[in-house]
Amino acid sequence: MVPTSFYLILSALLFVIGVAGVALRRNVLIIFMSVEMMLNSVNLTFAALANHFMKLDGQVFVLIAMTVAAAEVAVGLAIVMEVIRHRDTTNIDDVNLLKG
Amino acid sequence: MFLFIIFGAISIAAALGVILSRKPVYSALFLLLNFAALAAFYIMLQAQFLAAVQVIVYAGAIVVLFLFVVMLVGGGEIRDVTGLRPAGAREPSWTRIAALVLAVILVAGLGYGIITGALSAAQGSVETFGQGSVQAIGQALYTTYLFPFELTSVLLLVGIIGAVVLARKEQ
Repeated sequence: MVPTSFYLILSALLFVIGVAGVALRRNVLIIFMSVEMMLNSVNLTFAALANHFMKLDGQVFVLIAMTVAAAEVAVGLAIVMEVIRHRDTTNIDDVNLLKG
Repeated sequence: MFLFIIFGAISIAAALGVILSRKPVYSALFLLLNFAALAAFYIMLQAQFLAAVQVIVYAGAIVVLFLFVVMLVGGGEIRDVTGLRPAGAREPSWTRIAALVLAVILVAGLGYGIITGALSAAQGSVETFGQGSVQAIGQALYTTYLFPFELTSVLLLVGIIGAVVLARKEQ
């Protein structure tokens, strides 16, 4: 039986790795993947605490968060494609104007 | 415990692979590995339905979508890790101090949580938790959380319309 705090530490580590990816990388696709990883680590926290407290609420929250992530990826990747089509780059440092 | 260590190592290695790979295709495949390891954790946490949904939605749909986009835009090699700052860009003097303060807050918060973190006892019971079965989670989803569940359908509709509008070619 693994203590719940181990899951929380693991999920904190995954979250921090995701933050590092967002902060260090400049490729918009990899930044997006890091955001997905951060969402996933929070989902792991929800599931671990649902298991700890023996309540299903956490698992329902994970399901809803997964729905949000799916919609977010669909719209986000459409935006990425549009940016790439307009600016011909995947480097977000080249996309620094709101009105481009 | 043995499985936890193995899958924890896999998930952390895959996460590092995502942010350190030079090619976006490798990043997407490492992301797939990370999601699969998390699905294993869901099974260990008695959330079998979540594990199935994780594999179907994340590993199936989201990673495939990422791979489509990477291959559409051409997943060439990118070197943006080596040079963290563009040449000639001066960083403002306060960024290091701000980063230090944020790092101290993060480490202090994690340390406080680990040292004093006695989680309170279980609130629910094994009967209501039902080993995270599909029946138990469906019961919760269609009674207590019916309204949020219905709202997610609106959210998905908005997502579909948004993607279509954004991806359509200008007339």
